[in-house]
Amino acid sequence: MDLRTTYMGLELSSPIVVSASTLSQETHNIVEMEESGAGAVVLFSLFEEQIRAEAARYSSVRNTTSNIFAEASGFFPELDNYATGTEEYLEKIWAAKAEVEIPIIASLNGITSEGWIEYSRQIEQAGADALEINIFFIPGDVHVSSSEVEHRYLNIITEVRNTVKIPVAVKLNPYFSSTGNMALRMQKAGADGLVLFNRFYQPDFDIHELKILSNLQYSGSNEIRLPLLWIAMLYGRVPVSLAATTGVETATEVIKYILAGADVAMTASALYKNGIGYLKTMKNDLDQWMKDMGFGSIKDFKGILSQQNISDPTAFERANYIKVLQSKR
Amino acid sequence: MSNKEKMIATLDGNEAAAYIAYRVNEVCAIYPITPSSTMAELADEWAAKGIKNIWGNIPDVIEMQSEGGAAGTVHGALQTGSLTTTFTASQGLMLMLPNMYKIAGELTAAVFHVAARSLAAQGLSIFGDHQDVMAARSTGFAMLGSASIQEAHDFALIAQAASLRSRIPFIHFFDGFRTSHEVNKLELIPDDQIRQMIPDELVFAHRNRSLSPDNPFIRGTAQNPDVYFQGRETVNPFYTATPGIVEDVMKSFAKMTGRKYDLFEYTGAPDAERIIILMGSGAETVEETAKLLNSRGEKTGVITVRLFRPFSLAHLLKALPETVKSIAVLDRTKEPGASGEPLYQDILTSLVEGMQEGLLKKMPKLIGGRYGLSSKEFTPAMVKAVFDELKKDNPKNHFTIGINDDVSFTSLEYDPAFTLDESEWRQGLFFGLGADGTVGANKNSIKIIGENTPLYAQGYFVYDSKKSGARTVSHLRFGPKPIRAPYLISKADFVACHQFNFLYKVEMLEFAKQGGTFLLNSAYDKNEVWDKLPAAAQKFIIDKKLKFFVIDATTVARDTGMSGRINTIMQTCFFALSGVLPREEAIAEIKKTIEKTYYKKGKAVIEQNFQAVDATLDHLYEVTVPATVTGKFVSLTDVVAAEAPDFVKNITAKMMVGHGDELPVSMMPIDGTYPSGTTQWEKRNISDLVPVWDPEVCIQCGNCAYVCPHSVIRAKFYHEDNLKKAPEEFPSAPINSRGFPETRYTLQVYVEDCTGCNLCVEVCPATNPGDRSRKAINMDEKEPILEKEKANIKHFENITWNDRSMIDFSTVHGAQFLEPLFEFSGACAGCGETPYLKLLSQLYGDRLLVANATGCSSIYGGNLPTTPWAVNKEGKGPAWSNSLFEDNAEFGLGMRISTDKHTAVARELLTELATQTGQPLADSILNATQLLESEVIDQRKRVAELKQKLSTIDGDRARQLLSVSDNLVNRSVWLVGGDGWAYDIGYGGLDHVLASGRNINVLVLDTEVYSNTGGQASKSTPTAATAKFAAAGKSIGKKDLAMQAISYGNVYVARVAFGANPQQTLLAMREAEAHDGPSLILAYSHCIAHGYDLRDGLDQQQKAVHSGYWPLIRYNPTLRKKKQNPFILDSARPTIGLKDYAYNELRYKVLTRTHPEQAEKLMKLAQEMVNLRWKNYEELATLPASDFVPVA
Repeated sequence: MDLRTTYMGLELSSPIVVSASTLSQETHNIVEMEESGAGAVVLFSLFEEQIRAEAARYSSVRNTTSNIFAEASGFFPELDNYATGTEEYLEKIWAAKAEVEIPIIASLNGITSEGWIEYSRQIEQAGADALEINIFFIPGDVHVSSSEVEHRYLNIITEVRNTVKIPVAVKLNPYFSSTGNMALRMQKAGADGLVLFNRFYQPDFDIHELKILSNLQYSGSNEIRLPLLWIAMLYGRVPVSLAATTGVETATEVIKYILAGADVAMTASALYKNGIGYLKTMKNDLDQWMKDMGFGSIKDFKGILSQQNISDPTAFERANYIKVLQSKR
Repeated sequence: MSNKEKMIATLDGNEAAAYIAYRVNEVCAIYPITPSSTMAELADEWAAKGIKNIWGNIPDVIEMQSEGGAAGTVHGALQTGSLTTTFTASQGLMLMLPNMYKIAGELTAAVFHVAARSLAAQGLSIFGDHQDVMAARSTGFAMLGSASIQEAHDFALIAQAASLRSRIPFIHFFDGFRTSHEVNKLELIPDDQIRQMIPDELVFAHRNRSLSPDNPFIRGTAQNPDVYFQGRETVNPFYTATPGIVEDVMKSFAKMTGRKYDLFEYTGAPDAERIIILMGSGAETVEETAKLLNSRGEKTGVITVRLFRPFSLAHLLKALPETVKSIAVLDRTKEPGASGEPLYQDILTSLVEGMQEGLLKKMPKLIGGRYGLSSKEFTPAMVKAVFDELKKDNPKNHFTIGINDDVSFTSLEYDPAFTLDESEWRQGLFFGLGADGTVGANKNSIKIIGENTPLYAQGYFVYDSKKSGARTVSHLRFGPKPIRAPYLISKADFVACHQFNFLYKVEMLEFAKQGGTFLLNSAYDKNEVWDKLPAAAQKFIIDKKLKFFVIDATTVARDTGMSGRINTIMQTCFFALSGVLPREEAIAEIKKTIEKTYYKKGKAVIEQNFQAVDATLDHLYEVTVPATVTGKFVSLTDVVAAEAPDFVKNITAKMMVGHGDELPVSMMPIDGTYPSGTTQWEKRNISDLVPVWDPEVCIQCGNCAYVCPHSVIRAKFYHEDNLKKAPEEFPSAPINSRGFPETRYTLQVYVEDCTGCNLCVEVCPATNPGDRSRKAINMDEKEPILEKEKANIKHFENITWNDRSMIDFSTVHGAQFLEPLFEFSGACAGCGETPYLKLLSQLYGDRLLVANATGCSSIYGGNLPTTPWAVNKEGKGPAWSNSLFEDNAEFGLGMRISTDKHTAVARELLTELATQTGQPLADSILNATQLLESEVIDQRKRVAELKQKLSTIDGDRARQLLSVSDNLVNRSVWLVGGDGWAYDIGYGGLDHVLASGRNINVLVLDTEVYSNTGGQASKSTPTAATAKFAAAGKSIGKKDLAMQAISYGNVYVARVAFGANPQQTLLAMREAEAHDGPSLILAYSHCIAHGYDLRDGLDQQQKAVHSGYWPLIRYNPTLRKKKQNPFILDSARPTIGLKDYAYNELRYKVLTRTHPEQAEKLMKLAQEMVNLRWKNYEELATLPASDFVPVA
């Protein structure tokens, strides 16, 4: 079967892409991902605040331990080239590019305008095939209006777009008043792709210890419905590549997302659970399903269950909602 | 030539010398010792960066286990033809002496660079004088002394060139601290010129003399009476030739660089009648003073001795003006019992020989004197006094200058008000905290001005002797001509106080010049600040008509996102106000530097710093100075409590406020003996935040008291009646142990002694159910509770310490009720070593003998003015001493042997005198077991009774017994030191002492680096960590000292980490003491050298254990005797990876940034080592007893 797909103009051998995770911190894992059939790999995220925090920590430790008593001028060398994270990240891109053929998509999680511009520039120079920007911003301040939040997103996209030439994907969250309109505006601001969706950090409580729990939980296949809905809604309406990134545990979710209109489906949790080699199983299962269903290529079934391709678009809208509710009676 | 073409730099003396030494050698064998460590560190750093010598190769830099080891390596490398050097000072040079005789005896070219320092005599001193180099003057090494930073650079090269030509090895020395640490502007010698001075033929000749199997010979024979003497005399022609060679080299050097030097350099009036002869940095002071005196019509001069060995009579006489009538020779050393100090003796001999041989027409009057020991100031005023003395018909010989010797009356009086013309200089004094970056910023200012403008700059930095809350004073001078003033500033144009509370501790404005500028970092604005100043400061400001400026640097720093970094702000103010450069130019220079410093960190960081600079200028205000004093009068000298002992009031207190220089000889203890427990009188108040106890929430576990590094948190339980007279707010809670009715518990925080480290809060397990953010102990503002807590402390002190026989020593909970006899040390905030020492003092303090190796623990344990080893109410407490770095194990063993000897003598005598003292008493003493605390207490009572009886018995034997009877109470002998001592320099001795079978206890405070000298690698430094001398990461594993000691079979061994398992630490200390034989405890000690905020120290200790990096073990030979497995593994299987522990610390993390591949490789290796060791330990823990070494 022809599993090839195109994501933001990049030719991929498979629609199964590894999403940003710590797995890609090791170059040999990236090699294994390619060998197991990944179409592309989104590298682990470069967090601006981590870089800044580490630089600050280094300088704070140095400042508080230098010239403090007569016998010791300091405990740590003055490092002209103390790389505070970016260099390491850039070297990972470089190393991955040297080892594998599949596209390497860098992931950047910035804070400041300066950070977005500077690091995206460096990432492009290091040879990344594309950049996924991860705008993680919880508008906790009740005085910040929705339009302010939206502008913030769009400004970042514009800045990055103006800085780099490689394709830029935006990993966004679903909590906009008008998600579809926002997607369109993001595309207009320069996004080549949209990754649906970012999972915000959602804490839990320990009711015995009266503590906040901040452990991370992998997404499950039961969570795919929201991104599925929006991919199906956006497909064909916003001229942009679509990637799905929640709840991909098996080939089934990959298939569903492509049916909705995604160019690629991303997973890391499946690999955490089953190992990187599980990509092969997913790919084989996809292949088998296509055979069973008589689809010769990805484009044969991409988006066929999207809003624009089904005869009853209300399945995605309010009318269907009412039906579903009523069916529960 | 322009500055750039001329290679102008601002460096300290160490770097100036090392710059050359590194370039003209192939091998550097090194070992850290203050004040020379920087030279070795730089050599290592340069090698790590791939900087090459003049022959295009990177010198091989190797750190050795001691200076003795370094000298041996130097000797071996020289003998096999490498150009080899080393850097050292003080005791380090002493350890090199044996090899130096060999190196010189074999006519081997080499240069040892020495930052000359005092020797440990009645006390150790890290500061500068010539005692060390003078002790090496008989080795056969030539001795070339530099008097300035430029000379330290130039003479390093001249020494090397002359050594290769003469085949005589050289000591190149300069004054420790005054030259080694002074930053000054100098002209660097370009590599091609260095190359020119070291012709290849000389290098080849050196190599051709080397040992080689291709041209075999034997060197280093043993010689008999028939030929040794003659052999010793063969070298004479070489020594005779050397002065001429040095002179030639100096001439070539002058031709090349324009800087002219002589062996004996005369400056002053051509017809001088009075001259001073000396060497080292003081020469500049004498020259400048003579210049002034001569301008006033006097006829004075100075001979600066450059080449002290071989001593050239001819050159000396050539330098001596014929008109000279009287000479004072100044020695910066002390040779007790000699007829005079070395330079004086040599000059005297030379003059007499000169007269005898007719080379000198008239014998001038000659006197000798001592000055400047241990970096004692040597000022123009003192020089003038010496010149004045020479005017007298009968000048005082063997005088001292700079002190008040009211015992032997050697000292000359001087007028401190005499100064040179300082009008060309801009002088600034900066009072800061060690941790606030003041010194760093000032070093930066010197670089900015020295390297970017035609101005000359000089900086010298004075630190107090504490490691936490240390005060720094920066002395900066700027001027249009080279600054030759190797002494502190006494009249400053600019005085800056970076910490407001210093105004209440130091009389800093006495150093301000009339009409000068005073800058204060103050939270009070320009309108409120005046009334907050102490009266004395106000008076100075009014009387001296000072221009007074304030800035709230802390707020500006915070608002511009540079929280906690006031240094940039204060530096900007200095540039704006000092007038060293025009204001605009100065600010532009600062910004240029910021850009240069941070260009790699991105525009945002640069912008942030720029904003800080601009905000500084916007928030810098001049205060309108009122005409009257309104402040409170605070006596700075009245710093100790009225109930302090006289010694503390009269002597210690003077040192505390910086007036120690005024103390006369008569007030000094004659043999270095000082009273114990003086830190209690020095209330340093260095932390604004202090722990506050919440009795309601507290579960009385004692963890906070246990971990407190400064013994600031103490607990007592007591009858509730004690509350009757308590201050109203005295906190108290019912004790939570059962069976103690009417008993209360109080946890008292000694707030004035707290360093604010936070460990107590971190360790507290109890959370306030009403406010989950608070615990049973919380850091709060000190100011509002200070007076209340002072009263509480007073009351707490009056509550009797709990009866030791009532306390369960075996638990952490119980240990909190033991009085600590190690308190309020100057150790770093959050120190990971001191909790062990405190615990030791709590357990055995009243019968403890401590031998302390030199290092951090000897500095916070024994550095004046105040020391932490304390005394209990009965007048008993730890007896502590520090001998040297290398010999501590042997020193401690000597204590044990002596104690055992006197115990044996006492037992013999008591047996003999039993009928007189009473047989039952004698029997009960002789047969007493003293394992339990209650048994020790009983024995103490019996010995007291014995002493009382003996005092009534006549006869020699009774008097003999009385003098040793205290030894009948078991003494606990502990050898304390760091890993530098135990793993490296003292390892041979430690090994021997452990093998002695004697009842000694060794506590190794393992920080895994030489913490005291700045974090150099030791054999304890772990794989994958960086340290100085291991910049590319340590690739060899940490020595398993525990297993080495275990191999003897009869040594009790424990590896502990109080932050991970305090109970196991306590158990190990008790088992070690109970073991009648050698014991070794390896104690994990978190340290600032590890590179993280030490408030996380306990957490890191846990991670060290949980990762398997620091497995907790105990090896108890007693169990082996009982046919049980003596090896106990106290920690559980690793639950986290080594990375999860290591990468929280900069010492590991830094390698992932500088050498990522190496870091990955080493971390993998280190993890494998951890796994392997764990596997081995697990196996050991399950073996039958018979698989371990049997114990006799």
